[in-house]
Amino acid sequence: MSIQSDQSDQQTHPLDDLLRKDRIPHIWCPGCGIGTAFSACLYAIKSSKLDLDHVSMVSGIGCSGRGAGYINLDSFHTTHGRAIPFATGLKLANPDLTVVVFSGDGDLFAIGGNHFIHAARRNMDLTVICVNNLNYGMTGGQVAATTPHLAKTTTTPAGNPETPFNLPLLAYASGATYVARWTILHTRDLTESIGEAIQKKGFSFIEVLAPCPVNYGRRNKLKPLDVLRIYQEKSIIKHFASPSELHLDLEKGITLGKFVDQDKPTWLDMYYKTTRKKS
Amino acid sequence: MTGDEACAEGALAAGCKFFGGYPITPATEIAEHIAKRLPQVGGVFIQMEDEIAAMASVLGASWAGVKSMTATSGPGFSLMLENIGLGICTETPCVVVNVQRAGPSTGLPTLGAQSDMMQARWGSHGHYEIIALSPSSPQEIFYQTITAFNLSEMYRLPVLIMTDEIIGHMSERVVIPEASEIQLFNRIKPEEKSMPYWPYIPGADGVSPMAVAGEGYRFHITGLTHDEKGYPVMSAEAHVHMVERITEKIKRNISHIIDTEGYYLEDAEIVVVSYGVSSRTSLSAVYEARSMGIKAGLLRLKTVWPFPEAILRTLASRVKGFVTVEINLGQIHLEVQRCVGGNVPTFFVGHAGGTIIPPEHVLSVLKDAF
Repeated sequence: MSIQSDQSDQQTHPLDDLLRKDRIPHIWCPGCGIGTAFSACLYAIKSSKLDLDHVSMVSGIGCSGRGAGYINLDSFHTTHGRAIPFATGLKLANPDLTVVVFSGDGDLFAIGGNHFIHAARRNMDLTVICVNNLNYGMTGGQVAATTPHLAKTTTTPAGNPETPFNLPLLAYASGATYVARWTILHTRDLTESIGEAIQKKGFSFIEVLAPCPVNYGRRNKLKPLDVLRIYQEKSIIKHFASPSELHLDLEKGITLGKFVDQDKPTWLDMYYKTTRKKS
Repeated sequence: MTGDEACAEGALAAGCKFFGGYPITPATEIAEHIAKRLPQVGGVFIQMEDEIAAMASVLGASWAGVKSMTATSGPGFSLMLENIGLGICTETPCVVVNVQRAGPSTGLPTLGAQSDMMQARWGSHGHYEIIALSPSSPQEIFYQTITAFNLSEMYRLPVLIMTDEIIGHMSERVVIPEASEIQLFNRIKPEEKSMPYWPYIPGADGVSPMAVAGEGYRFHITGLTHDEKGYPVMSAEAHVHMVERITEKIKRNISHIIDTEGYYLEDAEIVVVSYGVSSRTSLSAVYEARSMGIKAGLLRLKTVWPFPEAILRTLASRVKGFVTVEINLGQIHLEVQRCVGGNVPTFFVGHAGGTIIPPEHVLSVLKDAF
């Protein structure tokens, strides 16, 4: 057995063809969950049987927003919060494209919140994957629209006075056709779910809970393994649970699963129907 | 037809297939007209949730390979500048129309002004070059919209049409030529099978060939400072290189980009510098001045940005003075002063907005200047 062959074995990875290897190492911290969510997304894309030349990824700004920079597909790292409207233009100008938005909770639900609800309402044919790490990681751990009540962040040093969004409820209420929530510990379910969402016609949304040990965990006494233990011990999988019961509470428990899977005409279906009717 | 409608027709003549809009007075009629017309030519119109989204969708559509545009006015233009910056940084062809109304803030929504001219030049953060055109009639906005698409495709950047409420709502005869009479330029594509493809390796004219999504090139673009591969590089050297590249591609082609029109400049002693609707009232004053024996001339800026600096400097070496006429309190006037460099006197005629500059105001300056 030669050492050389061992090395070459180590140098190949099943996702190599989907990664921009010349951009590795990535920026994500040790213990961060984004990489796991990202690789689940890559596995789902790879096993989707789609022509990968027709798959695009769009990201906004933030740690998760760096996803578009690492995938070896046509990929767009846009402005803060604007991944969804950029993706909307991309999709409408070439409906043959499969467009995946990969971004974080701060990007998609604070600065980009308006775009999210309208894209869901329109049933724009996009797949939106939100890595929810409960805070703004890239800028050093500030409060987000998803930060739990009373949690400590650099901008809520006395505890968060606000109430976070229930993201699956928001997606459902806005009109999404597919809504799911997983954690990075549930990689198999997550990968399958992303695969389903990509195949699903219409606006699909998946929330992925992920630890941010450096910025969120450190200030809230949550070590990386503690968070994974919570994901394991405090989570229950309840498909089609009522979206109104999906408020996140790391202490009481987290409901995971696929909550919405419905069929509706997409924006483009309705645009063609309304504009092409005989007058 | 109105200037707004002529703008929409010009876009269609240029091959525009995507419009991401948001209603705002006095630009709404462009969206309304093109919303009706785009489906007839196989295009898509979408009214987005705000101007930020409208501009983002226009960039996305361009990267899917179609000619795309939006139209707005001051408050919406302020919001669009965020993604206009992304368009500049990622070198994305598209057209943005600003039908100017009087500001600041909500200002006078239904009344015209030319007070966003410096915002057009510098409004998005960072240092960059931009192209901005200024039409003075509905017929001209028809042609300038085609020109704007051609320039955006040629130089890979958002091109601005800085019109105003008065031109936008003015009705005049507009001749739409046969398609065969219209020259169109489409973005340069990478040579087939030139893999790997990097989106920012400049061609001979400084502009990089542009692939679009779905062609198999698997490229990456970002608003971060990037290298020629399109990959982020966080260093001063990379930043200087990138900003120089995206500014130089405009500067080195400036003589091709800039378009002006002169009246009586051959023997003019005093030159009125104006653009858009104000150049119409200025021309009327120049005619009147000539009939009175005053050797006045008009330099009409069809391109406002990049500023026709060389033309101004040449004129400044032989005329006795300049008068800038615009509907603001002195924006392009600052550029005129900069180029003249104190060699001859410079006068200004303008007000904060809401109505045209009457020709008499220009004439009285021409009469009293010397």
